Amino acid sequence: MLRAISATLHGRRGFYLALLLLPPLLWLGIVYLGSLLALLLQSFYAIDEFTARIVPEFTLATYGQLLSHPANVDIILRTLAMAVAVTLAAAVIAFPVANYMARYAGPRLKGFFYVGVMMPMWTSYLVKVYAWRLVLAKQGILSWFVDQSGLTTLLDQALATPVVGGPSLASSYLGMFVVFVYMWLPFMILPLAAALERVPESLLQASADLGARPGQTFRQVVLPLALPGLAAGSVFTFSLTLGDYIIPSVVGAPGYFIGMMVYQQQGTAGNIPLAAAFSVVPILLISVYLALAKRLGAFDAL
Amino acid sequence: MRPAPTVTTAIELDGVSRAFGPVLALDRVSLAVQAGEFFALLGPSGSGKTTCLRLVAGFDRPTSGRILLAGEDVTGIPPFDRSVNTVFQDYALFPHMTVAENVAYGPKVRGVRPAERRRQALEVLELVRLQELAERSPAQLSGGQKQRVALARALVNRPKVLLLDEPLGALDLRLREEMQTELKALQQRLGITFLYVTHDQGEALSMADRIAVFRDGHIEQLDSPRGLYVRPKTAFVARFVGSANVIEASAAARLTGVSQAFAIRPELIDVLPAGREAPEGSVISCDGVLEDVQYHGATSRWLVRLDIGTSLTAACPESGMQDPGIKPGSRVRLAWARDSLVALAGG
Repeated sequence: MLRAISATLHGRRGFYLALLLLPPLLWLGIVYLGSLLALLLQSFYAIDEFTARIVPEFTLATYGQLLSHPANVDIILRTLAMAVAVTLAAAVIAFPVANYMARYAGPRLKGFFYVGVMMPMWTSYLVKVYAWRLVLAKQGILSWFVDQSGLTTLLDQALATPVVGGPSLASSYLGMFVVFVYMWLPFMILPLAAALERVPESLLQASADLGARPGQTFRQVVLPLALPGLAAGSVFTFSLTLGDYIIPSVVGAPGYFIGMMVYQQQGTAGNIPLAAAFSVVPILLISVYLALAKRLGAFDAL
Repeated sequence: MRPAPTVTTAIELDGVSRAFGPVLALDRVSLAVQAGEFFALLGPSGSGKTTCLRLVAGFDRPTSGRILLAGEDVTGIPPFDRSVNTVFQDYALFPHMTVAENVAYGPKVRGVRPAERRRQALEVLELVRLQELAERSPAQLSGGQKQRVALARALVNRPKVLLLDEPLGALDLRLREEMQTELKALQQRLGITFLYVTHDQGEALSMADRIAVFRDGHIEQLDSPRGLYVRPKTAFVARFVGSANVIEASAAARLTGVSQAFAIRPELIDVLPAGREAPEGSVISCDGVLEDVQYHGATSRWLVRLDIGTSLTAACPESGMQDPGIKPGSRVRLAWARDSLVALAGG
């Protein structure tokens, strides 16, 4: 019986292939892209001011509402600035770690590093965010440590900086930035380490052999070959920051972020079309980012 | 004390050792390569030949001893400040650069202006007959073409010494023979010193002026190709270079009356039907059973187990006398001249 089925399937490659592809295609097509399309559709509807009902007619009014309010534009720019800052910081911090993991650590140390990088992801995201709020609080261990090491003036100066500063780290954009970087760092380290691991040692030797100093080898050989990993990691850090609503609502200054607006508009405000329009913004920003990365040749070495 | 190095010594290793933990990869190796010489480091894998090359290139530092290039001590100098260039076994071409950019990399990092370094790159590419592939990416090249690009890239800085690490190892046989001829011609034309690492004795014999045979981190014998082939000093060299027969001291005592190990080349042994008198001049003869005949085209290799217990291989030319009566299993007599035996040290 089974043999007969397998023989029949073997004879009909197309049918067999279709059978295998059906579940993933259904998943991708309906659950993923379908819901995304529904979201996009919602953003072209508008809400009736008096009845608070969604009017299922195509209109650009919601997008008009999104872009005509300076507060909404502020939210978008604030989120974008945070995402860019977090991505840059994560790249700068992750590079030496990933490079060490990929090139210098022995097999045991490398395993230790991989587990160490991934272990924070095994605990609840919420627990980590609230833990950070305690760490960064005015009487938290970080300020205690700063006091003990005599760096108080430095922290006070940082907190006195306009816009990013605030009464304490826990209630400033600076603190929010620290938590964002901590949260998404593994997503930058892992693809970067994978990319660096694929660069053979002999390429670095060849570069030095031809007269390149270590800095030149880094700029001319290591960095270009690590770009796909850097691009992959930055897509994670960038998009995760753009969409997050929990970190900005637990840690940091009271200014709104895109994710918080989506949460609020679809919940308490009940304005689903505006929530949808807000969700489209990160999608567009990431598309622009990927197009830029491609134009800069980030994926040429793939 | 060794004499002070003169300017004609391109590379000198002076008592160089390299330990990896408890393993001694190189054990007090000393050698001097003359300027313009084609010098081969020959040995099985793990014998220390590649370690030796990496030390000269500067990718690794010796545990003790000194390395001199053109008489100048470079032991502590990093690779980018050494006047040598390397052709890597895996070619190590930069995948994100075109062929021309790969070749122009040396001048580029030395600050040569774009137009000038491109001119230099195209000039060297012409030398290896690849100028029409200048705009290709390395991924689009065949193994032989990659090999030439690696060679061009190493030559563009006009080094006095070129280090080659098994450069033909990944090529197929026909291409390898072609490149051997080409490399040798290039070396003679440019007058560059070649330090050439290989495990292929045929390659070393056909190309090198002198060969250092490595074994377990030391030089077993350093000689010209003919010297190595005709007068191997140890059983290891005799077997490794040209796969000679080695007759151990105990067996040699019963054959010749002298208790000393000998080597004899397979092609110097005559195979005769059992009982046939040895021809004039062949002083030593012995009987045995023909166990196997391997056909190799120009020659066949006859494996004979002698009655005294030793096995010998005789190489018979295709055109030579072939007695149709001799088949595997039949008794044969081996004969050779006394002066074909090469006395070996150690055994």
